[in-house]
Formats: sequence, C-alpha cells, structure tokens
Amino acid sequence: MNLLPFQIVVLWSDALLFALLAAVFLLALWARRQAPLRASWARVAANKAAMVSVTILMAFLLIGVLDSLHYRARLDAAPGQAAAGKAIYAVEVTSLLDALLAPLREHPEKTYSAPLATHLFAKEPLPGTEMRDFPRLAWGGAHLFATGQAAEDALAAHHVKDVLQRGVLGAAGGLLFWLLALFIVQRANIAWRRKSAQKVGSGDTAPDSNQAVFLPKAVVPTPNPPARNAVSLTLLALCVLAGVAIGLGTGYHVLGTDKVGQDVLYLSLKSIRTGLLIGTLTTLVMLPVAVVLGILAGFLGGWVDDLIQYLYTTLNSIPGVLLIAAAVLMMQVLIDTHPEWFTTAAERADARLLALCLILGMTSWTGLARLLRGETLKLRELEFVQAARAFGVGRLAIMQRHILPNLMHIVLIALVMDFSGLVLAEAVLSYVGVGVDPSTISFGTMINAARMELARDPMVWWSLASAFSFMFILVLAANLFTDAVRDAFDPRAMS
Amino acid sequence: MCKWHNGGAVYISCAMLAYIIRRLLYAVPILLGVNLLTFLLFFVVNSPDDMARMQLGVKRVTPEAIQKWKADRGYDQPLMWNGQANGVAKATDTVFFNKSMRMFLGDFGRADDGRDIADEIKRRAMPSLAVAVPTFILGLGVAIAFALLLVFFRASVLDFAGVVLCVAMMSISGLFYIIGGQWLVAKVWQWVPISGYATGFTAAKFLVLPVVIGVIAGLGAAARWYRTIFLEEISRDYVRTARAKGVSETGVLFIHVLRNAMIPILTGVVVVIPTLFMGSLLTESFFGIPGLGSYTIEAINAQDFSVVRAMVFMGSVLYIAGLLATDISYTLADPRVSLK
Repeated sequence: MNLLPFQIVVLWSDALLFALLAAVFLLALWARRQAPLRASWARVAANKAAMVSVTILMAFLLIGVLDSLHYRARLDAAPGQAAAGKAIYAVEVTSLLDALLAPLREHPEKTYSAPLATHLFAKEPLPGTEMRDFPRLAWGGAHLFATGQAAEDALAAHHVKDVLQRGVLGAAGGLLFWLLALFIVQRANIAWRRKSAQKVGSGDTAPDSNQAVFLPKAVVPTPNPPARNAVSLTLLALCVLAGVAIGLGTGYHVLGTDKVGQDVLYLSLKSIRTGLLIGTLTTLVMLPVAVVLGILAGFLGGWVDDLIQYLYTTLNSIPGVLLIAAAVLMMQVLIDTHPEWFTTAAERADARLLALCLILGMTSWTGLARLLRGETLKLRELEFVQAARAFGVGRLAIMQRHILPNLMHIVLIALVMDFSGLVLAEAVLSYVGVGVDPSTISFGTMINAARMELARDPMVWWSLASAFSFMFILVLAANLFTDAVRDAFDPRAMS
Repeated sequence: MCKWHNGGAVYISCAMLAYIIRRLLYAVPILLGVNLLTFLLFFVVNSPDDMARMQLGVKRVTPEAIQKWKADRGYDQPLMWNGQANGVAKATDTVFFNKSMRMFLGDFGRADDGRDIADEIKRRAMPSLAVAVPTFILGLGVAIAFALLLVFFRASVLDFAGVVLCVAMMSISGLFYIIGGQWLVAKVWQWVPISGYATGFTAAKFLVLPVVIGVIAGLGAAARWYRTIFLEEISRDYVRTARAKGVSETGVLFIHVLRNAMIPILTGVVVVIPTLFMGSLLTESFFGIPGLGSYTIEAINAQDFSVVRAMVFMGSVLYIAGLLATDISYTLADPRVSLK
C-alpha cells in the first residue's frame, strides 16, 4: 500500500523535460573544464543584458519545473469502500504549481471580472428584485463584505485602502525575502572564499584554478560586478513583484478572470510550461536528426549527400505552416481513433503536445542541417582533418572527434535562436487550430479564447494583455540571451 | 548561337536557358517527393476508413456510410496498386494516381462542399495578392530604409536605441500587432473598417490596415538583419577606397553598400516567400479577406483534407518557382554571377 497521500504521475513531457535539464547540467559540468568554452561563457556572463535575461528565464524555468511535478491526490475513501483497503486517487492530474496556486485555482467566478475587482463585469438581474446590477464576486474582495463593516457606499474607499495595504505588505515581504537571500548568499560566498584561501595557505594541493590567489589583486579574475549587481536588482524586482502578487492574490483576482471565471494570473503562469516545453523539446527532437544528417551529407558526399539534400529540399519546399497543419490534422485523427491508448485526459493532451513538438521538430531541422553540411564541407578540407585521415583514423572517428566538436557553436546558437521563434509559433498555431490540445493551457489557447474580447463594449482587455505581456517578457529575455550567446560563440562576430 | 541582346541591358545566354530548363527538371522529383509525403500523411498514417469515421462522427458510423463517404470522394480505390485492373490501369486506378498525381496537371479535385478547388484557387488568388504584394514590397523598402538609417548613425546612441527597438519589436507576437492594430485603428479611431473586402478600388480602404500591420510586424527582425549585412559590407576595402576618393557618406551607403548587399538580401527575401503565405494566413482570417490564406484556415477548421492537400502542393510549387527566380535575379544584380 502506498504510504504517500498522493500518487506520483510522470507524464512523458515531464520525463523529457527533466532528462533535458539533467543533460544541460552534465554538459555544464563538462564545459567548466574546457578552457575555450569557459572563456566564451565568461563573455556571456559579463554581459549585463544577458545575465538579466538569464535571471528572468530562470524564474520562468522554476515555474515550468514546478508545473511539471505531477501527481494525483488521494481521495478520502467513502465509508463503504474503506474496507477494501485500496487507495483511490483523483482522476485529475495536478501539479505542484497547481497546489501552490490553489487559492487562485479553486475560487472561480461566474464570468468576466476586472483585475482586483469586487464585482462582476456584467450586470445581472439581482435575485428577488427587478433591478439589474453588478453582482458581488464569490471570492474577489469577499472579505470586505464578510466583516460587515463595509456598507455598499463606503466600499470604494475601503477597497482602495485594502488593496494598498495588501500590496505594500506583499512588497515588503518580497523585499525582506530578497534581503535574507542576499545575506545568505553573501555569507556563503565569504565562507567559501575563506575556506579556499585556507586550503592554499595550509599548503594543501592547490589546483591550478586556485593559483590566482597568489597573483596581484588586479590580475585576479573576479566576476564582473556590474553584471552581478544587475542580476541582484533583477531578483529584487522579481521578489517584489511576486510579493505584491501574493499579497493581492490572497484576496483578489490580481489579473481578473476570463469568460468562464478562471483566474487569468493562474492561466498565464500555467502557460509558461507549455511555452517552455515547445521551445526546448522541439529542438531536442530536431537536433540529432539535423546533426547526423548534416555531418553525413557534408563529410561523405556522393550519393549520401544527394539523398540528404533531396530530403531537406523536399521538406523545405512545403510551406512550414501547411506541413504542420497537415501533420497535426492527421495526428488528431490518429489520436481520436485510438482512445484506448490513453487512460486520462491529461495523458491525451500531453501526447498531443509531444506530437506537436515532434512535428515542429521534423519540419524545422532542415535549416540547421544545411548550415552544418556547409560547415562540414569546409572543415573536411582543413589540415587537421586531412592529417587524421592520413594517419588512418576511421571516418566515423573523424566525424566524431574532429568534425562534431568544431560544429558545436553552430548547434548551440541554433538551439537558443529557435527557442523564441517556437514560443511565438505556438501562439499562432493554436490560433489557426493546429496547436496544442484545447484543454492544454497555453498562450495560444488563451489568446484564441480572448480574441473577440477587445471588440466587446466595454472591452475586456486583461486576458489578452496578460497573455501578450508574459509572452513578450519570455521571448524578449530569450532574444537578448541569444544575442549574447551568438556574440560570444560565433567566431565571425568577434572583431 | 542562341545568344541575344535585348537593348544591351538584359541578355539571356544559352547557358542560362539550359540552366533554367535543368532547374525546372530538377523540380519534378522534388514535387514528386512532396506528393509522396502528403500522400503518406493523408492516406497511410490514417486509412480513408479512419477519416470517414472521424468526419461522420461516432453515432452515424455504419459500414455503408463509410463506403458511401469514400465513394463520394473517390477514396474507394486501392491506395497505390490496383491488382484487379488491367495494364496501365493497375497503376492509374488508385487513390495515389487520381488524388496526388493529377495535381501535376492542375486538377485538384473537389472540396467537401462540392466546389472545384482549382476554380476556387483562381478566384481567391487576387485578394491574396492584393494584401501580400504591397505588404512584401513596402515591408522590404521600409526595413531597408530603416536599416540604412541605423547604419548611417552607427555606433551612436541612435543606433543602439534602434537596435533595442528592433529586438523589442521582434519579441512581440504577430497576433498582438493584428489584434492591437485592429482595436486601435479600426475600433478606437475608426479610420478604416475592421474587416471585409471589396473588389476594385474600394478595396483600398480594407487593405490599408492589413498592409500597414504586416509591414510593422515584420520590421523588427528584417531591419536588424539588413543592418548586420550592411555593417559587414561597410567594413570592406572598397568602401574605404570610395571614402578616400571623396565619396560622401550617403553616396557610400546608397551606391556602394546597398548595391553590394543585394546578393545576401536577395537570398533572404526568398526565405520570406513561404512565410509570406503563413503571415497572410493570419491576416486574411482576421481581416476577413477572401484569399487563399483564409481558404486554408477554413479548410483546416472544417478538416477538409483535399483542400489542405492542394494547398500544400501549391505552396511547394510557388516555393520552387521562388528559388529559381532568386537565382535568376542574382545575374541581374551582380554581373559576375553566371548560371551554369
């Protein structure tokens, strides 16, 4: 019998996301020991805009990871079933983020309500009277009425006061948290330095990275202070924003509610995972295909080259969105005709998300493959490859040991460059109707649901504004990071 | 022998003609591949029976209904090889031949609503072009002008601000430009109607907004990219020579840099052609323009497979034609390029 009060559910996309994170972590450990790579990354780390972007991307990633830890809660057994001794789990698959945001998730309103509102957005006939008025919200600002002190006419002032109070308290909480975190990091840093200094002082075996300690102070490579300051200021902004959101979120719908009364902040936060998954998993799917085919075509030449070129010219000649539309339509038929493959709705939506990544990947590998082929053609004629060949090194070994490492910068740049494009593409595809499953919360489905809201009178702006703002911040951060990575890694860009 | 001059400016050589013919022949296997791929997608991943079941819905599925659905659409033949037929008919009395190969002859079959797809494409091509062509030309002109301006003020605050603006603009979703533009210009200011289309010159008032929005939506990425190309050219030796000879900065930019940057610009413009199709997909559906883009969206939403298939084929034909046009344009832009 399961002792946990829940059953852990690992969706395929969760598994792939965690595998990807593990791979990135291992690669980072490996890259730390490679001097040229370390130098390039140091250039990225010295870039203020890039480090601010990384901080923001990390915050998004944290939300995405929290949203990827799925489980099914155990239901309290009904009296009759208790004897069976078998735990029953909820059909609904929830994530850790859902649990953290439970106050937002579990208090839906009837329909639209503006950010921080206390009343619904549309007039409705009041029960028992002939009048039509704005009904009170079930949750947003309900505490104002609960105490009974707020008469309907004094409400406005009371409301403003309450919002300010909660906002300021939240901001103060965020500030405190930030100060505490800064203090801990500072102490840890000092302690670590003292420890490593002691190690060197006591004549312990000093690895070459520690030899810097003996150098004059000006030569010691310290992390760039402006970038560090920028990062901590970004963290401050994030902490305060999160604090304000939490403070207000305990009593109101911070970004309002949508047509069916769901909290817009909750929807926006949930969309992040979908965007991240599409941006990363697609590249993960496409990468091996592009790398293998690109290198093979460039290195082997002959009929292999012809075949691979034919393959990607054919794929490339179909306008991307049409190929994606055709493939997604067919995949939908496949999923609909085989309901027996999936046990829960979440699994089906997840399968559709993964299939979308696969389709996007299969249609987008051609550009990278062509780049890699061209670069391999150049590398193939260079002296070190010729020398390896003269020494009788096998073709596979040459490709693996001499060609592949010299293509990694192109792969890395393509990887980060594709991310922002894919996040934007998801919204467009979901609008066209060939994106993620309609039950999956994503920026695309949010925008699609809200597309007519600006045409209403008075208009409903908060759903669209939230979806577009969150998407803009994510994509802008990714674009700035991409620029820094390209500047640091592209040998052509160095001047 | 077959070399003729046309006023001394444009001349088509024998080699170029041979090149064009060779490229056209090379397009045949690619289109065949496109056909095979769409065929695999539409008929092998899911059998026609699956599609019939999906389209008819769960309730009405009887073997007779499926048979009728397939017979109506001509999907009741064997997929690739008809063993029961005689002679050539073994290969031609199949779904693959009748549905996929016929597209080479311009026969796209009928849509689910019974209309001839080829007629529909002809009818809808005009509105599509009316949006796409001005957007494309204006977009190119504005982006190049903006990029030249940034290069003129290179390494200054103005340049930096321009690049920041470009990055911000390319981080905004295309949907935002459309939804926001429609709201601001058509609803708040009421300068133009929100959506619709008319024939003749009255169409202009419907076309202004989609074209302007299309230009703005593409400006960020394009201008930044052109700026990179121009900056690469401006550090070349010939530019220094030109400056040394006393050519003014504007002269350098417009005469030397712009002309020499034509090749990379032309290469990139072709990449835009297929995305032009995608962009007009959104624009047309938002602005209610009865073009090919909205036709495709309607077909996707109605799951009309024959229309989607026809549009995939059309799209590839256009793309290949675009590639060929690029190669020919190289010879016009740069006399050193010769096609062999």
